Amino acid sequence: MSTTTVDEHGGDDHGHVTNTGLSNEKLAMWTFLGSECLLFGALISTYLLYRGKSVSGPTPKDIYDIPYTSVSSFVLLMSSLTMVLALAAIQRGDHRRLRVWLLATALLGATFISGQVYEFTSFIREGLTIKTNVFGSSFFVLTGFHGVHVTLGIVMLLSLWSMSMRGKLPEEKAEVVEIAGLYWHFVDVVWIVIFTVVYLIPSN
Amino acid sequence: MATVLEPTTTTEDIVDAEVVEESGLLRRPKATTGVWSWLTTVDHKKIGILYGITSFTFFLVGGSEALLIRLQLARPNGTVLSADAYNQVFTMHGTTMVFLVVMPLSAAFFNYLTPLMIGARDVAFPRLNAFSYWTFLFGALLINSSFLLGGAPNGGWFGYAPNTSITFSPGHNIDFWIFGLQILGIASTVSAVNFIVTILNLRAPGMTLFRMPVFVWMTLVSSFLMLFAMPVITIALFLLMFDRLFGANFFNTAAGGNPLLWQHLFWLFGHPEVYILILPAMGIVSEILPVFSRKPLFGYPVVVFSGIAIGFMGWGVWVHHMFAVGLGPVAVSAFSVTTMLIAVPTGVKIFNWIATMWRGSLRLSTPMLFAIGFVAMFTIGGLSGVTHAVSPHDRQQTDTYYIVAHFHYVLFGGSLFGIMAGIYYWWPKIFGYALSERLGKLQFWLWFIGFNVTFGPFHLLGLAGMPRRIYTYPKHMGWDFWNLVASIGAFVIAFSVLIFLYNVMHSRKVRNVVGDDPWDGRTLEWTLPTPVPAYNFAVVPTVHGVDDFWHQKYTEDEQGRLVKLPPQEAQADDVDPASIHLPSPSYYPLIASFGLPIMAYAMIYGAYLVAVFGGIVIIGALYAWALEPSAEPHDDHEGGGGGDGADPGDTGSEGAAAVEEVDA
Repeated sequence: MSTTTVDEHGGDDHGHVTNTGLSNEKLAMWTFLGSECLLFGALISTYLLYRGKSVSGPTPKDIYDIPYTSVSSFVLLMSSLTMVLALAAIQRGDHRRLRVWLLATALLGATFISGQVYEFTSFIREGLTIKTNVFGSSFFVLTGFHGVHVTLGIVMLLSLWSMSMRGKLPEEKAEVVEIAGLYWHFVDVVWIVIFTVVYLIPSN
Repeated sequence: MATVLEPTTTTEDIVDAEVVEESGLLRRPKATTGVWSWLTTVDHKKIGILYGITSFTFFLVGGSEALLIRLQLARPNGTVLSADAYNQVFTMHGTTMVFLVVMPLSAAFFNYLTPLMIGARDVAFPRLNAFSYWTFLFGALLINSSFLLGGAPNGGWFGYAPNTSITFSPGHNIDFWIFGLQILGIASTVSAVNFIVTILNLRAPGMTLFRMPVFVWMTLVSSFLMLFAMPVITIALFLLMFDRLFGANFFNTAAGGNPLLWQHLFWLFGHPEVYILILPAMGIVSEILPVFSRKPLFGYPVVVFSGIAIGFMGWGVWVHHMFAVGLGPVAVSAFSVTTMLIAVPTGVKIFNWIATMWRGSLRLSTPMLFAIGFVAMFTIGGLSGVTHAVSPHDRQQTDTYYIVAHFHYVLFGGSLFGIMAGIYYWWPKIFGYALSERLGKLQFWLWFIGFNVTFGPFHLLGLAGMPRRIYTYPKHMGWDFWNLVASIGAFVIAFSVLIFLYNVMHSRKVRNVVGDDPWDGRTLEWTLPTPVPAYNFAVVPTVHGVDDFWHQKYTEDEQGRLVKLPPQEAQADDVDPASIHLPSPSYYPLIASFGLPIMAYAMIYGAYLVAVFGGIVIIGALYAWALEPSAEPHDDHEGGGGGDGADPGDTGSEGAAAVEEVDA
């Protein structure tokens, strides 16, 4: 790989060509996401360890509303689609559609978060808090941690949107959208794992 | 993809940057000397020096704690420290030496050397690099401030829950430990990302991965270990924090919580951490031995692959820290085997180092003495490590001083010997003058003897049954003599450290200027003038092989004897340094990291509104940072690329690559 860069480095290429061919920013995001895998891995393992280990209720069976969470999961998954459309738009140079899809993505993310807030409050009403049992502790910390990630993603998307509004997101910087998209898709994929492990696999 | 790689320098960029500067919160710092230049620096060399000085200061702190421990244990029924004070001191000794000394001292070398060794002008993300340093500093100060704020952490460096839960450890001691380590974890993760990207992306032309110096390889491997190990302890600390502050039940056994969860998470981090501590020193020694043997490193690819193998296998051995827990014969046998296996790549390295010295023309200068000391002492530590892998034997050793002996032989006899070797070796390049050889050799021998007198007896004490972590012991246990010997040894080490400090002051005054290449080095940093200019390389070098610089200086005749080549003309004369674009200094890394201790103190004392304020400081600084271009545009055509990624943590094109431009 690096042999191909020999000439390029000597030339007047402004140093944008890297040894791997990936820009520093994109490689950094991939690297960071690698680290995030272990973060969620540790939390998901914790949840699995405590499955069915609570000495008092409520238990998942008493409290989960699978159809409800399925709908909000679907909403989050759709946001990955709009994210892809946003990237495609800026790569085409279609800034209006870029902004539409960025906002749509942020909105879908926000819908998911609102759904999570509603879910949390209804669980608390039904008597499950972080203090109740090991299920409550591991459930709230895992899903809450994911929720914080989605929220940061929304902040990112809105920042991109406002940059684009002020004309500071030209086509040459499409990669910024791509990198934000990497993060967004990662958070989505993690949710698929969480949804499966936490909600769908039955536990006693 | 194609759009990504195209040069993004347009007039728009320049206009963009200027607008930002006018509307920015703070004027761009300009200082190149004085305090402000250090507070706002993004130069990897200055950051390396900051890391070095800070962590050496903490070495003195952690060393003083060790002396207190040895004073207390010198005689039976010691009264120097109370039981409570002893718990604080031994916890902080371990925490300090691992997180505030060996890791950041290694980071000092990563910072200073990695770009020089791969032929780059800076790291990939210079401002993130500054952020890592300030975050490390604030985390370190936060943990240590607990001494003045009601008591230091007292649960051991491993912080076993539920002993560290609020029931058994009321008071803020453990909270300081949790939040301090969280902050340090952020620093390590960020710098891991930075160095991985730097090494993978910013190598000079021809510097393929298998032409990189071994030190750079070990930097890469330990960065990957940090990248994947830090999040695991982050989660462990999060769980403990939720237990302590918000009443969660993760480690509450009454509610079904499992203490083993902590142990698994901690050691799943903790064992890779051991390799994070030793691999950089292995890299340093792999640089020094060839230079002072005047031979290439024996089996370069094997040494590199062994390092990579250690990086992978390091993830499969953590349960050997838990053999006495009662996990059952299958788990214990499996981890016994993996632990024995990981000794193989380590042993391979040791043989390669010995073979490097074999029939070399050895020069026993101070760096070489420390490097040989490393090989010998690390071998002893490695062998006692293999004895732990034998689980029946380990049952006998668990929680005794034998374990303490083992990990001091690898962390002191290994890491710190390697780091001292590196300090003496690169000092002339970093500071422009050499340290005194006479004082250096005196320090080495005192250090070497003091080390063995202190930690050698620990083996005997451990086999005689002396448990770890006890603050005192009665007479007639048969432990009196060797404890006294160990305590005397500790003060010999302390004396050798004083000699080092004297050496630094003395050599500063004498200023023995030894030139750009005092040791007849083999790697790119020795091609540079001393002191190294801010831009490192006037002309980015093209590399043709391992030890490229050596082959520019020497060739071999038909009999295989070394023949010196005439010195090559420097090509740098026609480059105007002013035309080399460097990343500009910035206030924002410092401000952003300052938000972290605000948040941490607020969380510890339950002032959640203040924590929100701390969060606002961080986010605000990150936004300002993202909108500030990495390099200020000058009057030439390079815009430097605006660092305006929307995710402030992954700021836009900040790379040194973006500014790696020479008007030749």
